[in-house]
Amino acid sequence: MIQFNNVSKRYPGGFDAISNLSLGISPGEMVFLTGHSGAGKSTLLKLVMLMERASRGQVFVGGENLNKMPRRQIPFLRRQIGVVFQNHQLLFDRSVFDNVAMPMVIAGFEPRDIGRRVRAALDKVGLLSKEKLNPIVLSGGEQQRVGIARAVVNKPPLLLADEPTGNLDPALSAEIMTLLQQFNDVGVTVLIASHDVELIKRMNRRLLTLDHGQLIHDGLPEEAL
Amino acid sequence: MSKSVDGGANSSKTRAGNKSASTDLPDALNRGASVNHHTISNQWRSYSRHHRSSAGESLSRLVATPFASLMTWLVIAIALALPQVLSIALSNVDQLGQNWEGRPGLSVYLRANVKETDGRKLLAKLESRATVIEASYIDPEQGLADFELISGFGDVLHGLGSNPLPAVIQLSLDEDASLEQVRSLQEQITADKSVEQVDVDLQWLQRLQQILELGRRAVWLLAGLLALGVLLIVGNTIRLAIAARKEEILVVKTLGGTNAFVRRPFLYTGIWFGVGGGILALLLTQFCLAALAGPVSSLAGSYSSEYQLQGLSLYDCGFLLLISAVLGWLGAGLAVSRHLAAIEPS
Repeated sequence: MIQFNNVSKRYPGGFDAISNLSLGISPGEMVFLTGHSGAGKSTLLKLVMLMERASRGQVFVGGENLNKMPRRQIPFLRRQIGVVFQNHQLLFDRSVFDNVAMPMVIAGFEPRDIGRRVRAALDKVGLLSKEKLNPIVLSGGEQQRVGIARAVVNKPPLLLADEPTGNLDPALSAEIMTLLQQFNDVGVTVLIASHDVELIKRMNRRLLTLDHGQLIHDGLPEEAL
Repeated sequence: MSKSVDGGANSSKTRAGNKSASTDLPDALNRGASVNHHTISNQWRSYSRHHRSSAGESLSRLVATPFASLMTWLVIAIALALPQVLSIALSNVDQLGQNWEGRPGLSVYLRANVKETDGRKLLAKLESRATVIEASYIDPEQGLADFELISGFGDVLHGLGSNPLPAVIQLSLDEDASLEQVRSLQEQITADKSVEQVDVDLQWLQRLQQILELGRRAVWLLAGLLALGVLLIVGNTIRLAIAARKEEILVVKTLGGTNAFVRRPFLYTGIWFGVGGGILALLLTQFCLAALAGPVSSLAGSYSSEYQLQGLSLYDCGFLLLISAVLGWLGAGLAVSRHLAAIEPS
């Protein structure tokens, strides 16, 4: 699903966020990505979404060579990737329903399909009763679940999560992780950037550890932490 | 959006409840999100649906901030109405000129001692010339009557005791007659011993035409400058709208919105600014015309003319609205092409 071949990303000014990184993530895997801040976690996720392009090396997502992808194709790549942000990036000028519906509206689905799928996604994260509320009145955990519903409503084959539990207490974090795992259980490839060591240990999935833009560990958490 | 599907909330709730969501998601890899895109008619439907929703939403956004929108509409309206009113004024003056026949003419003033029979003979001679379309003899009495009627100086003329006016032969010439032909004819007629003086009637008309042409160009220049102004006004307003919705744009782009998708609501906002400004401009123009109609008809009345101010035709109105919509769209397009590209998720 994701393949990095000797990828480097150098930002203007000469800072190497990622250097000579190679890794592969198969379809259906659930993988954690960790490392201190500035280690290159976010850059890696941005490279997958083509928010950044690699300075050297090749990035493949779903078999597509992203180096060769023209700008106008980028939106169609992004529609295949669900993203959960730490700060959830919900819009407070519209209802929970309309927030979750956005990816489907963007992809041009029929209104009745949108209604059905949005409610299925909200039901899945346990917020079906709050579809008409403005997300601003929801708690942090609920907002994050709305963000997850939005990320999965399009049924993307790949789900990225950037510090999805960053602002949440342990109980809520566990809840979010359980949700993400459920999507993985039905075949969605999930890549989670996190520095919550306890959580990563408990989930006990494949862990990639980055340090100064280099991969220093790839395997189960107990070997690394 | 949510409203249209809210009606089905209960039924789909039970559906979603029966069929647990985890069975709803497992085919994510196989079907993905692209199911909807395989037929052209589906694509067209979603495309036109987004056009409709963009048009509707952008209009309701403008209406939601009525005061700010009205200000922008008024500025656009004034910029559009100004050249419109000037051009109507010009075409009215032009109309007035047209009423005095477009043909060149000569007024042949006969000497005071020439008898009417000799005058009539000269008339017959002139009538037979190729370039002369029409010739008429105005004897001094008729001339006096006409002059009294038009100038209102009848009493003064009566005070003179005798009629000071000469007999006049009025010639209408072929429209295609060149200025040189007219001039040589003038010289030939002046040579006749019974003729006092020959005036070319067209000169003032030609001057009027030249002035009008100058005016028309000035109006076009002014209209061009003001159109540029409208572009900048709409562009700047859209730039602010883009800045205000930056967060939304970022989210939309992250979720896979194409540039066209992001652009569309702003372009419609520009079109609405243009159309709204155009409608107000028409109202302003009509208001100006109504304000001018009274003075014009009393002025025309003093020249014993039935002249009425020519207003906007349906075609003019449609043209103005089209222009204003295009200007709004272009202004928004300028802002969008400059500022949207700079907003990329990172």
